[in-house]
Amino acid sequence: MIKARGLARRFSARGRTVDAVKGVDIDVSAGELVGFLGPNGAGKTTTLRMLTTLLRPTAGEAVVGGCDLLADPLGVRKRIGYVAQGGGTAPECRLGEEIELQGRLYGLTKAEAHRRGAALTEQLDLAGLDERLTKTLSGGQRRRLDIALGLVHDPKLVFFDEPTTGLDPQSRANLWEHIRGLRAEHGVTLFLTTHYLDEADSLCDRILVIDNGQIVAEGSPDSLKARVSGDGVEIGVPAESVTTAAEIVGRIEGAHEVSVLDGTVRFRVPRGDTAMPELLRALDSADVPMLSMQVHRPTLDDVFLTLTGRSLRDAEQTEEAGEVTADAA
Amino acid sequence: MLRDVWLIFRRDLLLSLRNPAWILIQIMQPLLYLVLFGPLMEKMVANTPGFPPGDVWQIFTPALIVMIALFGSSFVGFALLADYRNGVIERLRVTPVSRVALLLGKVLNNALQAVIQAILLITLAVVAFGLRAPFGGIVLGLVIVALLAVTMASASYALALTLKSEEAFPALLNAVLLPVLLLSGILLPITTGLAPAWLYNISRINPFTHVVEAERAGFRGEFTMDALFTGSVVLVALAALAVFWGTRTFRRENA
Repeated sequence: MIKARGLARRFSARGRTVDAVKGVDIDVSAGELVGFLGPNGAGKTTTLRMLTTLLRPTAGEAVVGGCDLLADPLGVRKRIGYVAQGGGTAPECRLGEEIELQGRLYGLTKAEAHRRGAALTEQLDLAGLDERLTKTLSGGQRRRLDIALGLVHDPKLVFFDEPTTGLDPQSRANLWEHIRGLRAEHGVTLFLTTHYLDEADSLCDRILVIDNGQIVAEGSPDSLKARVSGDGVEIGVPAESVTTAAEIVGRIEGAHEVSVLDGTVRFRVPRGDTAMPELLRALDSADVPMLSMQVHRPTLDDVFLTLTGRSLRDAEQTEEAGEVTADAA
Repeated sequence: MLRDVWLIFRRDLLLSLRNPAWILIQIMQPLLYLVLFGPLMEKMVANTPGFPPGDVWQIFTPALIVMIALFGSSFVGFALLADYRNGVIERLRVTPVSRVALLLGKVLNNALQAVIQAILLITLAVVAFGLRAPFGGIVLGLVIVALLAVTMASASYALALTLKSEEAFPALLNAVLLPVLLLSGILLPITTGLAPAWLYNISRINPFTHVVEAERAGFRGEFTMDALFTGSVVLVALAALAVFWGTRTFRRENA
């Protein structure tokens, strides 16, 4: 459904150039649900806007939905659906009118657009809201309307840009169900961007991790997590015994990345659950009391940290400036 | 393409019909000039040599109609900026809709509004102030208004999309529109009899002066080549340029 090679975009503004996307290769097959994960400003939206014909790449090529992105953008537009990050509804328009207009712009007749609109509003829990002005809808309803607009022409490939940003937890969970349903019931291929780890983790078959305009890793959520070698363990000990504790930890089989901070010893070990009893006994015999302990399975945040040396949260803070520049350009 | 133009036109029309009061509020300025300034001119026009032929209402009404199109249609870019911020533009751009239709549909709605506003103003001038003008002249005047609205709206959209700034846009418009208003002789005609030579010469360079003069000629029933030619040519050229600029901006934005 998507095959992109060396897709790149450079923005120039006031003599400064920013390489927002530095040559990415993307392959998505029919029926897949692929996530594009990265901090804000990593180049997710820029890549998506290129794939959806909204932004012309400065280099590279792509085939989207069977049509060449550069030679036949109209063909691409007819075959894809796009749900933008900020939505795209006019506040003074009625819900029904928006869906009808969108359908007819895709070439449906008035009757077809109505039929399709009725099916979508039913499916997305928007039934009976046809006469409502979009500004009076709740955040979750408006988001579902955005989705209905993106699906009105029954595309086989749909792009979502940050589908759940700004929604409350309940609406998020609800939207995830709808997104899963799209694939399960209609066989739609989905490509979504997100900077939420849990979202990528729970929705996607496959994740592309993007940082600084480059794809730094790719794989299923589990295979990505397997890249982080083992579980993270954190134990708390009295400050004066912290060096002894670190030594003991170092003797455990497979323990690595041992670090010490105040009264805490952190390390990684292939199986945290089986390592703990051994550690407890060893500490006990050395007369070091353990005050607290935590074992956690690797998360996508750990993946990001391993790949880039920064956590997603840090990356977002340092890269926000870059996002602003890219937006303005 | 025509279908797309119609769909966009209909959407904008539905939106304007939702708040019909705006059609009146938008022409408050020319309306107030007609009611509160026009009567002051009555004696002045009658007693001062140098005014163009015709009575005060034949001079003043057609000029105010030009003002409707000139000002009302210049600020439509604001609505486009709102659509832009809401993501509506992007949402429409990702559909196969023709980029030119996105512009023309909007512009035609603006032209229709300007014509309706002009009819309201002319009606008021006829009923309240006894304006006398030939029917053909009024029809011609409305055609000019429609074309001028197309011009100003296209330029306004192009400018708004280029600047993409709710602060810079009105500032720039005001800086351009006030001199255009004064120099086109809308409030007081700039004739050789009234104006010093330098001011007269500057006003000749202003294309809108010729549009105002053609509109006035129509209202006093003077359908000669001499009176209408320059104004029509200037207006058609302006409209073509503005639509070209607008479509180019709408296309490029998408690239």
